[in-house]
Amino acid sequence: MKKIEAIIKPFKLEEVVAGLSEAGIVCGMTVTEIRGFGRQKGFIEVYRGKEYEIRFLPKIKIEIVLSDDLVEKAIEVILERAKTGEVGDGKIFIFNLEDAIRIRTGERGENAI
Amino acid sequence: MVGTKINIKRRINMRKEEIKIKVLIILIVLLSLFYIGSFALAQEQGQVTPSSQIIAEATESTSQEIKIDTGDTAWMIVATALVMLMTLPGLALFYGGLSKRKDTLNTMTMSFIAYCVTSIIWIIYGYTLSFGPDISGIIGAPIKLFLKGVSVKSVAEAAKSIPEYIFIVFQLTFAAITLALVSGAYIERLKFTAWLIFSILWVSFVYLPICHWVWGGGFIGNLGVLDFAGGTVVHINAGIAALIGALIIGKRKDTTFIPHNLTMVLTGTGLLWFGWFGFNAGSALSSGGLAGVAFINTNTATALAALSWLFTEWIFSKKPTLLGLCSGAVAGLVAITPAAGFVNITGTLVIGLLAGIIPFFAVTKMKPFFGYDDTLDVFGIHGIAGILGAILTGIFADPEINELGRGLLYGNPFQLYKQIIGISVTIAYSGIMTLIILLITKFLTGLKAHVNDELIGLDESQHGQKAYNLHI
Repeated sequence: MKKIEAIIKPFKLEEVVAGLSEAGIVCGMTVTEIRGFGRQKGFIEVYRGKEYEIRFLPKIKIEIVLSDDLVEKAIEVILERAKTGEVGDGKIFIFNLEDAIRIRTGERGENAI
Repeated sequence: MVGTKINIKRRINMRKEEIKIKVLIILIVLLSLFYIGSFALAQEQGQVTPSSQIIAEATESTSQEIKIDTGDTAWMIVATALVMLMTLPGLALFYGGLSKRKDTLNTMTMSFIAYCVTSIIWIIYGYTLSFGPDISGIIGAPIKLFLKGVSVKSVAEAAKSIPEYIFIVFQLTFAAITLALVSGAYIERLKFTAWLIFSILWVSFVYLPICHWVWGGGFIGNLGVLDFAGGTVVHINAGIAALIGALIIGKRKDTTFIPHNLTMVLTGTGLLWFGWFGFNAGSALSSGGLAGVAFINTNTATALAALSWLFTEWIFSKKPTLLGLCSGAVAGLVAITPAAGFVNITGTLVIGLLAGIIPFFAVTKMKPFFGYDDTLDVFGIHGIAGILGAILTGIFADPEINELGRGLLYGNPFQLYKQIIGISVTIAYSGIMTLIILLITKFLTGLKAHVNDELIGLDESQHGQKAYNLHI
């Protein structure tokens, strides 16, 4: 079991979700509105003539838990759908996952995903 | 250990708070004693002073000729309610949206409390000190304390076609918004107790005299200074008090100005503009053509100032913004205020155009140059646009619009000189008195919130609440 954390541009969320559903690899995910910076750096906002550097940009974090065999497929879909080719497209992080438990039934492991 | 330390600190803070509250109570008691005393004194004087008897007789003898005009009365009731709307919720939303998310409630509370405090002061001694019978051009006589002598049949000297009660509330709403305007420069670091004490003192010792001098039969008005709806009394006065306060209270730790909610700012601006029709057209104190010209001038100058600010910022800051439109609109409203019932449409257009440009540079260039922390640019917008409007009134006042005003362009260069005297006196008096009041308030409360209280936000540190609890 692996956990995928993908940080993507907010306006790419719908495309990524659609892609993952079409590929039939997910039956659930967690989405969070986050802020952060990487190579894209911040941007400038001007209020009454004064410039402010907005360091943290709004991004979306998608968290998905998958069985090992589906991970590469999922990465492929996210790469394809979330990419614009410009800096700031985001990152994908893969974690080994120790266990998963469905609270309603107490099922564990891949049955719980 | 750490826990107990925090507890001890908290206890010390609470002790300090208790002392402050006691000081506040003592102050309020002293003030009320003072005014009850002067009330009694005034009653005695009323029996012996011949001048006030003459006034009383005069009002009696004319009372038969006085005819309340229903049209004027209806309009003035509406206008009064419109001006009230400017403070609550207009200015509260405007300032609240411009403030930081963590200081929104505090900012809005300052406007709210300003309105309430002024409302009470006004009926106790505010009205009579500003509009009571003139005492040597300086202050109104305290013969109408607690509105003594005002009846459903009485009228004010300045507005004989409407009931005095309406005139009283109309003038009250002006005093309230002037005080509320000042708060914009002080927000995000001023203790709430400090604002409360400042409010009482400032309305009493700054607004009331200036209001009397200009509108209540005092020396500025007698000199022939033109101020249709409050350029000097309201805006220059508030602007200077804002600047002095920004200097005395000192800078915030975080001087960022990023409005936390521009949609609120727009709502506030709209309500200010809407309410300002009552403010300016209502200052005709009647429902006729003068109200009409003030109305159209107000709208025209405001629209043009919003546009000229937008285009100025488009050139100098590269982007046209909603904040620019709102700032320009308010600057336009301020600048046209003293001129609304004196100038023709050409004058209005010049005033509107300049009101979007000069305050823009006051805010974007002058403030950073001098480095004072006028949080929401009360001096840059109200002070500067107020001075601009007062000067331009002296240039563009057209006797065909209003026979009381003849400006430089209509053959009376002396008017400009008078306007400058009016502006200078207001700046000097408001500046010095505000300074003294701030020093007294500093002695009593320390003025500035502790830096930690400022950083967690005044909403939480002063009021124990938050404006946004979206996760609950």
